[in-house]
Amino acid sequence: MSPALVPDPAAESVSVPQAAPRTVLDASDISRALTRIAHEILERNRGADPIVLLGIPTRGVGLATRISERIAAVEGQSVPTGSLDVTMYRDDIRMKPARALEHTDIPVGGIDGKVVVLVDDVLFSGRTIRAALDAIGDIGRPKAVQLAVLVDRGHRELPIRADYVGKNLPTSLVERVTVHLTEYDGSDAVVIADKTGVSA
Amino acid sequence: MRHLLSAGDVSRDEANLILDTAEEMRSLADRPIKKLPALRGRTVVNLFFEDSTRTRISFEAAAKRLSADVINFSAKGSSVSKGESLKDTALTLQAMGADGVVCRHGSSGAPHLLANSGWLNGSVINAGDGTHEHPTQALLDAFTMRRHLGSLDGRRITIVGDVLHSRVARSNVLLLSTLGAEVTVVAPPTLLPVDMTAWPCATSYDLDAALPKSDAVMMLRVQRERMNDAFFPSAREYTRRYGLDVHRMAQLPDEAIVLHPGPMNRGMEISAEVADSTRSVIVEQVTNGVAIRMAVLYLLLSGSPDTSTDATTTEETTA
Repeated sequence: MSPALVPDPAAESVSVPQAAPRTVLDASDISRALTRIAHEILERNRGADPIVLLGIPTRGVGLATRISERIAAVEGQSVPTGSLDVTMYRDDIRMKPARALEHTDIPVGGIDGKVVVLVDDVLFSGRTIRAALDAIGDIGRPKAVQLAVLVDRGHRELPIRADYVGKNLPTSLVERVTVHLTEYDGSDAVVIADKTGVSA
Repeated sequence: MRHLLSAGDVSRDEANLILDTAEEMRSLADRPIKKLPALRGRTVVNLFFEDSTRTRISFEAAAKRLSADVINFSAKGSSVSKGESLKDTALTLQAMGADGVVCRHGSSGAPHLLANSGWLNGSVINAGDGTHEHPTQALLDAFTMRRHLGSLDGRRITIVGDVLHSRVARSNVLLLSTLGAEVTVVAPPTLLPVDMTAWPCATSYDLDAALPKSDAVMMLRVQRERMNDAFFPSAREYTRRYGLDVHRMAQLPDEAIVLHPGPMNRGMEISAEVADSTRSVIVEQVTNGVAIRMAVLYLLLSGSPDTSTDATTTEETTA
């Protein structure tokens, strides 16, 4: 989701005051949701042993790091955490000008036989996740792939669902959901805004 | 960017984009499946009118790793030996639907002609034209230096040898100065172009003076095939004054690296001990060449800035 949905949220939310962006999750909401997701991942997989967390750049990587820290705090054992760029696997790669690649970092030990938990900020059409599944297939053969997202905003265009959801957020297609994280944007928040007036 | 014809056309941002992309492409070499789907269904033609080993193989490997279809064309054994013109060759490639044409030609400006003539719709990548330019070589050299030295801003880079005939030297001077490096070219007076004032670099005839303040030294090949005049008295004299041997290498700062675009004349411009030393990054340059060419092919061919017009004309011509 990140590159398509969040070109430059900071600049846009400042320049378009009339769109009245609404904060739906604040910093403590996000923190609680991630803590719950961390516990759910551990519960479902019976511990941290088989897990590899892969964040989808940009903000999925920050979220994966945070979930990883929470798992480490609970289990006393860190899980391998990395990032997975899906740019070259996107189905719209031919329709847009060439895009810069994001960093892919597969943890040492690889993903063969592991449970890969993909982490992204917003689940929308599902196309990013489809691209990510293809990318994973070129890297190895995990035992299973699961999906954790901070926000599920609906409007799926592919048969894909999330295993762990921070918040289900019913939205209309004219709205834009933006996740702000301290690492990239200076503060933690999930903001919903009208696309009209924003140069989409 | 639609074509890559000259290192001088590349802005600093574009150069950094290519180098950053290459950094990601390079990690592919460590994966079990060395293949990315970015150029699936695209056709890349390697149009080589001049002999080449590493450049052609490098472009071929790069295109194949990005899932493009690769057609290799070399002048030997083709209709060019029957007298076919560049134009007719280009029209043939256009009719076959080439999305990218990688061109190596003995005449300076041939890729420029291909790109601007309207014979082809695809992107043209200059893989070395005459004594003019070789931009992907400069990019891979800059990439290799950046991996060893960090940012090239303010780095002192010395290019030694036959600058007069070297497309590698020209492309490197243009690109490295764009990236903020201080470039010095060192050569015998006979092997420097007549007027160097337009080149964004310093010149020197004295290699020993330049070496102690160099972060990287690039030795150029003495191109015997272009040495039809007496540019220097003898090979031995050239080696003595401009060859890099162990004693000269010892004058370099501790971190400095030695590059060579290949193919090397061991014992001529570079001694075997230097070529095989730990400072030498010559083999690494070849590895990085594939990554750089993947980055260039990806950035030029994967997207479509003007799909509507290009796609329709391509279809009309190929239909």
